Amino acid sequence: MTVRKSTSAVLLTAFALTLGACAESERSDDGSGGGSGGEGGDGTFTFGAAGAPEVFDPFYASDGETFRITRQIFEGLVEVKPGSAEIGPGLATEWEPNEDGTKWTFTLRDGVTFSDGEEMNAEAICANFERMADQNETAQAGPAEYWAYSMEGFGEDSLYRSCEATDDMTVDLTIARPTSKFPALLSLSSFAMQSPKALEEGNANEVTKQGEGFSYPENAQNPVGTGPYTFEKYDTANKTVTLKRNDDYWGEKAKNAEIVFKIIPDESTRRQELEADSINGYDLPNPVDWKGLEDGGNQVEVRPAFNILYMGLNPERNEKLQDKKVREAIGLALDREGMVKAQLPEGAVAASQFMPDTVQGYNSELQPTERDVEKAKSLLKEAGAEDLELTFAYPSEVTRPYMPNPQKIHEALTNNLEEVGITVKAVTKPWNGGYLDGVDNGQFDAWLLGWTGDYDSADNFIGTFFGNLESNDFQTSATDFGEQLSQEIKEADQTVDEAERTAMYEELNKKIAEEYIPGLPISHSPPAIVVNEDVEGLVASPLTAEEFSTVTVGGK
Amino acid sequence: MLRFIVRRLLQLVLVIFALSVLLFAWLKSLPGGTVSAMLGERATPESREALTKELGLDQPIPVQYWSFLKRAVQGDFGVSNGVQPGTPALDLLLERFPATIELSISALLVAVLLALPLGYLAARRRGGILDNVAIVGSLVGVAVPVFFLAFLLKYWFAIELGWMPVSGRQEVGNATRVTGFFVLDGLLTREWDASLDALKHLVLPAIALASIPFAMIFRITRASVLDVLDEDFVRTARSKGLTSRVIRGRHIMRNALLPVITAIGLQTGLLLGGAILTETVFNFPGIGNALSEGFTKRDYPVLQVIILAAAGVYVLVNLVVDILYAVVDPRVRTR
Repeated sequence: MTVRKSTSAVLLTAFALTLGACAESERSDDGSGGGSGGEGGDGTFTFGAAGAPEVFDPFYASDGETFRITRQIFEGLVEVKPGSAEIGPGLATEWEPNEDGTKWTFTLRDGVTFSDGEEMNAEAICANFERMADQNETAQAGPAEYWAYSMEGFGEDSLYRSCEATDDMTVDLTIARPTSKFPALLSLSSFAMQSPKALEEGNANEVTKQGEGFSYPENAQNPVGTGPYTFEKYDTANKTVTLKRNDDYWGEKAKNAEIVFKIIPDESTRRQELEADSINGYDLPNPVDWKGLEDGGNQVEVRPAFNILYMGLNPERNEKLQDKKVREAIGLALDREGMVKAQLPEGAVAASQFMPDTVQGYNSELQPTERDVEKAKSLLKEAGAEDLELTFAYPSEVTRPYMPNPQKIHEALTNNLEEVGITVKAVTKPWNGGYLDGVDNGQFDAWLLGWTGDYDSADNFIGTFFGNLESNDFQTSATDFGEQLSQEIKEADQTVDEAERTAMYEELNKKIAEEYIPGLPISHSPPAIVVNEDVEGLVASPLTAEEFSTVTVGGK
Repeated sequence: MLRFIVRRLLQLVLVIFALSVLLFAWLKSLPGGTVSAMLGERATPESREALTKELGLDQPIPVQYWSFLKRAVQGDFGVSNGVQPGTPALDLLLERFPATIELSISALLVAVLLALPLGYLAARRRGGILDNVAIVGSLVGVAVPVFFLAFLLKYWFAIELGWMPVSGRQEVGNATRVTGFFVLDGLLTREWDASLDALKHLVLPAIALASIPFAMIFRITRASVLDVLDEDFVRTARSKGLTSRVIRGRHIMRNALLPVITAIGLQTGLLLGGAILTETVFNFPGIGNALSEGFTKRDYPVLQVIILAAAGVYVLVNLVVDILYAVVDPRVRTR
């Protein structure tokens, strides 16, 4: 027995020594993994992220948590101005369309380099656009979703035609037709510029399918941009992403040496971490927590609402909804103001149209439809739909910035509908567990959904909802106005003159609200971001596109 | 013995295969899924169709299963598309498993180190204050749901008192990774702060997770010791004048341990169930945490690899228990 014990002890000691000998600390001499002095402070801004980043190549990303990280590393030709939805200079300082709006000339900013030392010039910009347009079938089907959606596909179908470097610092971008989306859509995080050297060496376009997911190349793990921060590491075992200040940044250097994103999927844990000072902030605090967070000394920054919550209607599934009087009656039944007051956070407003008031083309003469029970009942009677039954759906297992509490909102609207004699069959399904599928496949008569704008363009709202006649959730192809609406949206989108285009959108908003009524705009709800009392310099963005380079923590 | 082990290993393969069929069928029967999760509000019927086709989800279920099986036997379980998008599911499992093992071992250590001496003492002082207090404690351990205890511990010790971290596995951002076991890594690399930090993050989740195994092991130890105390051989040992240490160690505990070992084995397998809840409450990045997130995000590759691995571990742990049983009780070997 003694011999066995001794042998075990010797073996264990040998094992420990071997492991110990193999294991050297990889810490740097300064004992930190953080930034290296420079002009800014040496602080760390720690942000609670709600999910893991999809991929660090923003071109293949589509979710807010990824873009929040890549936005600190990359910049686009044009950028959203801090605190607004307007576009302003980015890597391009000026831009000008030709007469018919199909060729855009961008003048690039001098003296900008990518963080790997590569020069940012016209050639680099065109290398990026050519790379984005040239995707394999796998990427086209899924990961390059933003391009497929915003640039309307690939190859001949695409809005994008070519990129030409006319001199070292001038780029001509040619598009297939004029569109109101240009150049605003270039501010999308997906279309940020990456180092051409990193793209090439990292085989950026080699996306492959693996089982029921996608596998990304080296470039997606080592992103290189021109932004105020550079990618340091993604510690997957500890669920943190660390960025380090780019001391060679062309503009004002970032105030903090490091940003750490801690991935904390549960919202109440994010709040507890904030209260324990383990993180400095997190996004989209639940509106019911706003007051408590402020009472605890935190700063709840409420952004202007850049979203819309609507009630969709499906006239193909429920033929009674093909009658305008029925759709109008449903609109008159809803007490939008009451629901907003009872269920949505401070700053939320009832909606009169399918876009927020900051978007060019918003019709300020329209007012939210006021509730009129008697008129609703009489319209239903006129339409012979007094016995109207609606399968009205809402999602579970989710909150959205425009819909903080789907069930409560649904309950309030259901009560309104029942008061005018409509029989409501409530249906709920998990967001990713059948709800979005159900909406897409036309399984509900009515449903709650919404949209947060990608950029400041009326087309990004109504074009998304009703532009494509053949495939939209509202099934407008089953109505007598669907084709005309789709055509009018296209015409407005292709109008080059800005004033004329704005007037067309204003008119369209009026027609959608009063004449077509394909669905019912409900409300605009402001999302918030919260930071603790030590944080200064955060500029909240209506697009939830905050840049953290201006943030200081504890005065550092 | 060797034949016994081989037979059990073959059974393991069959169990995993049968489970993989059931699991695949179940996941495929769920509404929604990968395509919805990937495309979100932006989905159009065209983009949905294109992605469905590209991922092969338009194929009949048996074809999809065959394709999965062919890849799985080569170690390719697909790529995560929700929990950690782009990471191979197997890599994610291997990366997260050390966290769960570290937590489970800590919880088991807490449970065993408390339950064995307490169980013994409670049996020796049957009906006394210690016995009654320990019984009530063990009842609470069984009755209080793990997630509730986890919430309570977090609220008191992390949020109210601020003694322990609220969540996560480590605050030190520049710790060197060697084995994936953070406490051990800190010791091996002599990064003491990293090791201590990881240990602090383990305390509350380990206590929460230990509650059920503690209760079960305590109760079985107590009952088993009570049985053995009345045995003739204990009386004989006493009459021979052996020291109480020898009687306790060699005669009472050794015999009483047999059912206790079985209980520890069973509890080890069951720890995973508790780990899902505990890891979720403490945002502790183990496989339990990945499993709950994977379900919310419909990350089927991650769900498949974790559930299959968990089943494999459960069967293996029971095999080890059976072997240990034979080691502790030589009579078992001869049967």
